[in-house]
Amino acid sequence: MSFNAGEYDVIVVGAGHAGCEAASAAAKMGAKTLMLTLNLDMIAFMPCNPSLGGPAKGIVIREVDALGGVMGKVIDETSIQMRMLNTGKGPAVRALRAQADKPLYIQKMKDLIENEENLTLKQAMVNNLIIEDGVCKGVVTETHAAYYADKVIITTGTFMRGKVLLGDIEYESGPNNQRVSKALSENLEEIGLDMIRFKTGTPPRVNSHTIDYSQTEIQPGDEKVQGFSYETKEYQRDQIPCWLTHTNENTHKVINDNLTLSAMYSGMKRGTGPRYCPSIEDKIVRFHDKPKHQVFLEPEGKDTEEVYVQGLSTSLPEYIQHDIVRSVPGLEHAEMMRPGYAIEYDSIPPTQLWPTLETKQIAGLFTAGQINGTSGYEEAAAQGIMAGINAVLGLRGEEPFILDRSESYIGVLIDDLVTKGTREPYRLLTSRAEYRLLLRHDNADIRLTEHGYQLGLINQERYNRFTNKLSDIDDGKEMLFKKIIKVSDEVQNILTNARSTPLKEAVRAYDLLKRPEITFQVIEQIIGVQSFAEEVKEQIEIQIKYQGYINKANEQVEKMLKMESKKIPQNIDYDDIDSIAFEAKEKLKKIKPISIGQASRIAGVNPADISILLVYIEQGNIKRKAE
Amino acid sequence: MIDTDTIAAISTPVGEGAISIVRLSGPEAFQIANYFFTGVELSSVESHTFHYGKIKHPVSGEIADEVMISIMKAPKTFTCEDVVEINCHGGFVSVRRILEMVLEKGARLAEPGEFTKRAFLNGRIDLSQAEAVMDVIESKTDQAMNVALHQLDGRLSRLIHQLRQQLIETIAHVEVNIDYPEYDDVEEMSHEMMEEKSAYVLEEINKLLEVAKQGKILREGIKTAIIGRPNVGKSSLMNALVQEDRAIVTEIPGTTRDIIEEYVNVRGIPLQLVDTAGIRETKDIVEKMGVDRSRKILEEADLVLFMLNNNETLTEDDRTIFKTLENMNYIVLVNKVDLDNRLDIEEVNQLTKGHAVITTSLVHDRGIDQLETALSDLFFNTEGVDNDTAYVSNVRHIHLLKQSKTALEEAREALELAVPLDMVQIDVRRSWEFLGEIVGDTASDSLIDQLFSQFCLGK
Repeated sequence: MSFNAGEYDVIVVGAGHAGCEAASAAAKMGAKTLMLTLNLDMIAFMPCNPSLGGPAKGIVIREVDALGGVMGKVIDETSIQMRMLNTGKGPAVRALRAQADKPLYIQKMKDLIENEENLTLKQAMVNNLIIEDGVCKGVVTETHAAYYADKVIITTGTFMRGKVLLGDIEYESGPNNQRVSKALSENLEEIGLDMIRFKTGTPPRVNSHTIDYSQTEIQPGDEKVQGFSYETKEYQRDQIPCWLTHTNENTHKVINDNLTLSAMYSGMKRGTGPRYCPSIEDKIVRFHDKPKHQVFLEPEGKDTEEVYVQGLSTSLPEYIQHDIVRSVPGLEHAEMMRPGYAIEYDSIPPTQLWPTLETKQIAGLFTAGQINGTSGYEEAAAQGIMAGINAVLGLRGEEPFILDRSESYIGVLIDDLVTKGTREPYRLLTSRAEYRLLLRHDNADIRLTEHGYQLGLINQERYNRFTNKLSDIDDGKEMLFKKIIKVSDEVQNILTNARSTPLKEAVRAYDLLKRPEITFQVIEQIIGVQSFAEEVKEQIEIQIKYQGYINKANEQVEKMLKMESKKIPQNIDYDDIDSIAFEAKEKLKKIKPISIGQASRIAGVNPADISILLVYIEQGNIKRKAE
Repeated sequence: MIDTDTIAAISTPVGEGAISIVRLSGPEAFQIANYFFTGVELSSVESHTFHYGKIKHPVSGEIADEVMISIMKAPKTFTCEDVVEINCHGGFVSVRRILEMVLEKGARLAEPGEFTKRAFLNGRIDLSQAEAVMDVIESKTDQAMNVALHQLDGRLSRLIHQLRQQLIETIAHVEVNIDYPEYDDVEEMSHEMMEEKSAYVLEEINKLLEVAKQGKILREGIKTAIIGRPNVGKSSLMNALVQEDRAIVTEIPGTTRDIIEEYVNVRGIPLQLVDTAGIRETKDIVEKMGVDRSRKILEEADLVLFMLNNNETLTEDDRTIFKTLENMNYIVLVNKVDLDNRLDIEEVNQLTKGHAVITTSLVHDRGIDQLETALSDLFFNTEGVDNDTAYVSNVRHIHLLKQSKTALEEAREALELAVPLDMVQIDVRRSWEFLGEIVGDTASDSLIDQLFSQFCLGK
């Protein structure tokens, strides 16, 4: 029936944000990698908003980049606007956000993938997996091509049994009317994976020429542009602004009058939608006392007139969408180019995965990205690179690469997914991280570059730059510690100008920098300008100023890591432990936590169960020693 | 869980024996004990030695007790960790105070079975005992949970939930500012707003702690029935013991409607007062004694406060009651000594057969001190007040309240220094988590839920 079309080390099914990271990481690590996608023209396509980053998500892009991923590099090359958010807050929550040039992003990513050594890119629809004795051995396409590999990573996003919902219309489709993947979804079910229906949606796009921008408020990019990637040396120059307008009572009336026509409210939809990404009809129903909601107009690229209408995600019929759009100031004459729609799709409850993103059911089979119940390009990229890395480590028979919650948002994301699962499309939020202060935008490289280098994903040149930065930071801190600032009129003046209190006695520059209002620049006014790079100065300032909080967080982390380091043997038989409560036992059997730390985060497993588990494991150890 | 911290617990049954022991185990055991100990410097003594001194709070100067401290250095100890045992006078007051002090200094209240667990994990117990350890953890936890649940209905839990709600709304507000910086529906949380919110919660926690100090939130105690003829002053006695704030006195619904139970703390002894007020007035007391309910009260009581009227002669009914009280713990109160004496004190003394007789004039606030002394005498010489779990979980609550308070105070210090709110938040969140541990709810998912129910967010 099928023919042998080739043998590889790793096969990646899907070329979205997860697929690109997975394939490129695997290839860079030396694995012979095949990437299959439904449509070669839609690589790393952004079916929804034209932006990357923002709180938590922006930090994830930095983390992916620090591990040697591609998203940061490509967005730096193709962004049309950059903004650092939360600059008025603490360093932990600052985050970069880019507006992407969508078509350009696709082009650049394709270019990068095509030119990756060890990586073969093909257009194909995968219909089923080749499974032998519970182990995944490859895939078969709809054209009967059988590709063999010891590791297969599925990154099919929202394509599996996708269904577009728009008013009373419902049709099988991937996002943006692409082909839907049906056979693969059925095949995954057959081989024993549970599936769940999720839902998401997108707003209409309008033609820029038909927008009256004079009625909106400009949202420009930052004057001083920064990039995501630690490899980017030149930044995007001509920025294009976004624009802000609002819904009003007319909008709300149109929606309220036509609610029953919404695919959302007519009872057609079965999937679970995300709370953080509600449709406009959801917002009006749930927060009916709000007189207006924000609407951001975001250009989809430099060479396109399409504008994404953020805030008006909807599944109402097209003619109602038309009325809604036109009720908004600035959009009175707007021409809708594409209507918004809701999309329902199959995803895999991620508790079926190990923290490596390999399925527990089928060895050698990994899943990453939106298929795992997440939402967002960045969450997908994060899973993609981790799946790619672990697939290759698995090939080599090496220890898996698992990031913990204290070293990255990636770790938080994957741990949440595989330990707690999710009942709605999962989005990263800074509040999901216990150690937010440690997981900053500015220190992603310090947290993860070493890993990236060890894995072979960071080149020597970049690594050398990184280690130089580290030693500069140490030197700078030591210098500030040794530098005593004496009381003088000049110093008091500088402090007064910085709205600080004058010195009572001589002080170390190090300690002066601890004052919230004193920046590194103020210190430089006193001790003279230092030759360190800006990012080094920033790092020194943050590390010194927030040392107290950072130490506190580190103490907690230390405790957490002790729990993580207590491993649970994979062959543990929970039924053998009488004293553990029934509910906890069921959960433990299902999640199969790899460590006591992970076990303790499972809902329904209480501290007493953990104590018993510890004792039980210790008992086993003693037994083994005795034998 | 994995043992980096120092744990403490009362390791003797409360109320039994002449000596009570607070045991500490862990890396900071010596340091913590030393902080309160007035005797020799504990860090310099030999292992397995015994030292005399006082436990004194170095800040307040309060002396908890005279004690003997034994010092046992790792690894030759029960847990294989540094262990300190503080031997104090038996009973309730000192041992409880000492435990509170060591917790304040950073020890953590041991979980049920935790000393044994540590002993096991550190290789001190052999394999055959492992099952037993697991059973102990299991059963003690069940017990503790029952007690915790039992204690947590009612006002305390409602108040804690309310405070947590206040905090989480504040937290969610800051979070929404962080995760949705461009969302303009909600104003940016300011330092002033945060300061105001945290001040309110802090004040409420302080009130709770104040109450806790008086022991009124100790929800389990010695079941104490107040009996006596109508108008003898039972309600006055109840009020005198409960003192000022009636609002915090708990009425437990669902038991017997006309029986009021109140919880008071007399010199550290928790009493659960059962007033028979509701069933007393219509008919005379002896007849009432036939009623099942009142009999039940007496049957269940650990202690009876039997009130007589100095202004009236002893009746046959009173004598019957004395008979009923044989073999029970009771104290006789002769009330209304400000009025003319018509009671035959001789006869009363005879009938009491050595039980304490206190004379009071409750309307003039006289005699309460003597009653309290008699109560504590009785308590410390009485066996069988064995509700140690109830007591421990109360200490746990107090300890968590204190931790919550400390976290909130740290947040407020940071506010004053104009530290960014997302960092102040770290402590506010800890405060919220500590309160959550009291009511058994620490899931951070509820923050996410709050975020999306409170604010209208989306793309």
